[in-house]
Amino acid sequence: MFYREAGQFKTTYQDDQAVFPVLQDKAAVFLLILVAYAVPFVADEYWLQAIFIQFLVFALMAIGLNILMGYAGQVSLGTGAFAAVGAYACYKLTTNIEGMNIIVAILLSGGCAAAVGVVFGLPSLRIKGFYLAVATLAAQFFILWLFNKVGWFYNDNPSGTITAPPRELFGVLITGPSASPEARYIVCLTFLIVFAWFAKNLVRGRIGRNWMAIRDMDIAAEIIGIRPLQTKLLAFAISSFYCGVAGALMIFCWLGSAETEAFDLVNVSFRVLFMIIIGGLGSIGGSIMGAAFIILVPIFLTNFPPMVGLDISTALQKHLEEIIFGVMIVFFLIVEPEGFARLWQILREKLRKWPFPY
Amino acid sequence: MPDGPQTSTGRVIGDVIMQVENVSLSFGGVRALDNVSFDVREHEILAIIGPNGAGKSSMLNCINGFYHPQEGAITYKGKRRDTAKPYEAAEEGIARTFQNIALFKGMSTLDNIMTGRGLKMKKNLFWQALYYGPALKEELEHRAKAEEVIDFLEIEAIRKTPVGRLPYGLQKRVELGRALAAEPDLLLLDEPMAGMNHEEKEDMVRYILDVNDEYGTTIVLIEHDMSVVMDISDRVVVLDYGKKLAAGTPDEVKRNQDVIDAYLGVSHD
Amino acid sequence: MEFLESILVTPFIEIWESPYYFIELVLVGLSTGVLYSLVALGFVLIFKASGMFNFAQGAMVLFAALTLVGLMEHGLPLWAALILSVATMVGLAFLVERFMLRHLVNQEGLILFMATIGLNFILEGTGQLMWGSDVKRLEIGIPDQPFDILGGKVLLNTFDVTAAFIGALLVITLAVFFQKTPMGRALRAVADDHQAALSVGIPLKTIWIAVWTIAGIVALVAGIVWGAKSGVQFSLSLIALKALPVLILGGFTSVPGAIVGGLIIGVGEKVAEGFWGPALGGAIENWFAYMLALAFLVFRPQGLFGEKIIERV
Repeated sequence: MFYREAGQFKTTYQDDQAVFPVLQDKAAVFLLILVAYAVPFVADEYWLQAIFIQFLVFALMAIGLNILMGYAGQVSLGTGAFAAVGAYACYKLTTNIEGMNIIVAILLSGGCAAAVGVVFGLPSLRIKGFYLAVATLAAQFFILWLFNKVGWFYNDNPSGTITAPPRELFGVLITGPSASPEARYIVCLTFLIVFAWFAKNLVRGRIGRNWMAIRDMDIAAEIIGIRPLQTKLLAFAISSFYCGVAGALMIFCWLGSAETEAFDLVNVSFRVLFMIIIGGLGSIGGSIMGAAFIILVPIFLTNFPPMVGLDISTALQKHLEEIIFGVMIVFFLIVEPEGFARLWQILREKLRKWPFPY
Repeated sequence: MPDGPQTSTGRVIGDVIMQVENVSLSFGGVRALDNVSFDVREHEILAIIGPNGAGKSSMLNCINGFYHPQEGAITYKGKRRDTAKPYEAAEEGIARTFQNIALFKGMSTLDNIMTGRGLKMKKNLFWQALYYGPALKEELEHRAKAEEVIDFLEIEAIRKTPVGRLPYGLQKRVELGRALAAEPDLLLLDEPMAGMNHEEKEDMVRYILDVNDEYGTTIVLIEHDMSVVMDISDRVVVLDYGKKLAAGTPDEVKRNQDVIDAYLGVSHD
Repeated sequence: MEFLESILVTPFIEIWESPYYFIELVLVGLSTGVLYSLVALGFVLIFKASGMFNFAQGAMVLFAALTLVGLMEHGLPLWAALILSVATMVGLAFLVERFMLRHLVNQEGLILFMATIGLNFILEGTGQLMWGSDVKRLEIGIPDQPFDILGGKVLLNTFDVTAAFIGALLVITLAVFFQKTPMGRALRAVADDHQAALSVGIPLKTIWIAVWTIAGIVALVAGIVWGAKSGVQFSLSLIALKALPVLILGGFTSVPGAIVGGLIIGVGEKVAEGFWGPALGGAIENWFAYMLALAFLVFRPQGLFGEKIIERV
């Protein structure tokens, strides 16, 4: 009864279309955002660096992939490659052009990733489903090979790694080894909130509906006037943009430096895929929940056994992690293919009646 | 008294707006359409009938540009339809429903109907991402139009329901709504009443007649229920094994011997 | 300009000038290709019978090989280990049907595909949990001697030839099985049309178990051959990813396609690496197969032997 919507009638279409039509939801989200901004002042450095910032970066990537797979229905295993494009583009921009504003550089890198995404999305007009996954796999392997082989991408650095040069924003150092975790966290958080909002706006309007139409029945969609190639390529472009920005943030605000391994199939492409499956395909909020879940589980597995007195080797832990992930994915697909997002919806339905049974 | 023939609802039938000329369509070895010709006049209700497999749906698919006939031509308002892309049909003002419902199962009734408005919505990516401002204004405008359609079809109660959960009859109605939302000049209906009970059929007939009456929409409809066909259509085209058997007013067609034979299963050489 | 020349002209000249090296690469490529075909076969079987792209096929190869090696390390003779491994794969097929397939009957392809990704992780984790994750040697007595043909100009290896032979044998067995036995016919019926097959009384559940068992055995053979060649290790499961381009080339539903596709990819990779590799900095094997597949996807999506899909509205 605390979660009642009764009395919250919508008298205009505008109110009806709001993202959070229920007042309690709106309040909850504002509160969450406030708490999120407060986190760096209370959390310790380890948590910020190892968990929170990583979560923010991957949540952004998950939203990107969800736009492509969950909303537009195009299978992609190339998330890592597109993120890598963003990261390397940002690296080249900041090391080659003096005085470029870091935010501009990140956004431009997203643009580069979008362009690459469009190229590898071109086959999507003729092929669907996991056939398309092969095209994105081609992107994944080829792009990482390119970044490994062609010295220009990593400024012929003998170690092959790229390192984020220090950059400031409003006088505060936000990238590079001396930047504080708090500053980096705030940057990533802001990116996430802003772009999540953009994504939400896109998916609830004409563009989102076009994507979902293509996803659900592309032939019918074309017959009612939706142009398949443009719609699909737009999905690839925007999705890759998000992944590219996230990739740039990954190097500049989270890791500081990395090699192509950081963007490979298992570390990124599969991980993000799991995030959106478990979080819920076709849900922005679900992407964020899925990201949180996938990042927290290994932490939990590392810390839980010692807490109950069990001593597990890292190899064993890794295998257990794999098994648990696998089981969870199969479980979710069987029980709730729509993931956390749907579970959350069901929870809210129950909340409406709580504490009464019916 | 206006001149020209009148529809069953009293509206004047105009000139020919679509011409199907000697259309032949094959898939591999199967000849779906064989040298079919007929025309469609503005504001009329034309029924295409025939036994199963006669090529009726294939005909509609050709009009949409989804199939490209190997021979012949389809001209609509002066432009070639059969060689065009499917989305161009929609841009020309042709809307369609499908034999096996082609709704977007992942979306609600309202969203499905809004997709029908998609062609009329112009605000680009930038405004869409901001949402508030011009994009929202456009969204609300078209929402209002969609609600008119929802009103007309009496489906307010299910506007937020995901269409996958709706019973068959309602899904068909939503599909009609999506087609109507596009404010089409030509409406192609592929067995809109299949699988419906008597009441649902009466409702559908009412909607179809209302649409033709109020908006002057030309309607081409494939239908098996003979009483409906005879009642509401102005003219009838009969197909069998891909060939046109007859065309004319319902009465003329009813009395045509070839048609009777086809339906009774008398074989032709 | 020089770069273009090194891609478009020089390699062909080099092939012309060293034909024996070319032949050698082709033969090595063929033997790798047979191995790819083996793995791809497993995919085709499951795809034909259940419309599912079994991403876990690679993990099945790893799991089967690990089981075999693990059992042998515990002292079992080869024949006993083989029988037990086969039994394990049969058991696995039962488990997969009971806990996964049964519950996902009406789901669409993407969901099924993702379920197999989950299965992939489960198998990888369990296999390594049970038998350890270090590289294991697999000695099963396949002779590994270099020898030469054509007057000493072309170097080969008895191992590769044996592998090719085993692969060919397996394929012929499968072909005979599908064409001549009642079970094989039933499988082909299911592949063509689930509903129709059900309506003539073919039990879907049994078919699925049968198919996954066969796929499991194919995985075991592939695992043995690969494992004997380069040791049984985690990277075996990534071979599954290589099978994807093979299937694209050959067509997802075609057994001969899997074979031809595998051979083409095998040969293509080696030749490309040998003659074009130097110009591009090497290691193009990483992506060559995918680019080739991509080209096919654009120009001939159903592959060489697959069925063209006609969509109806």
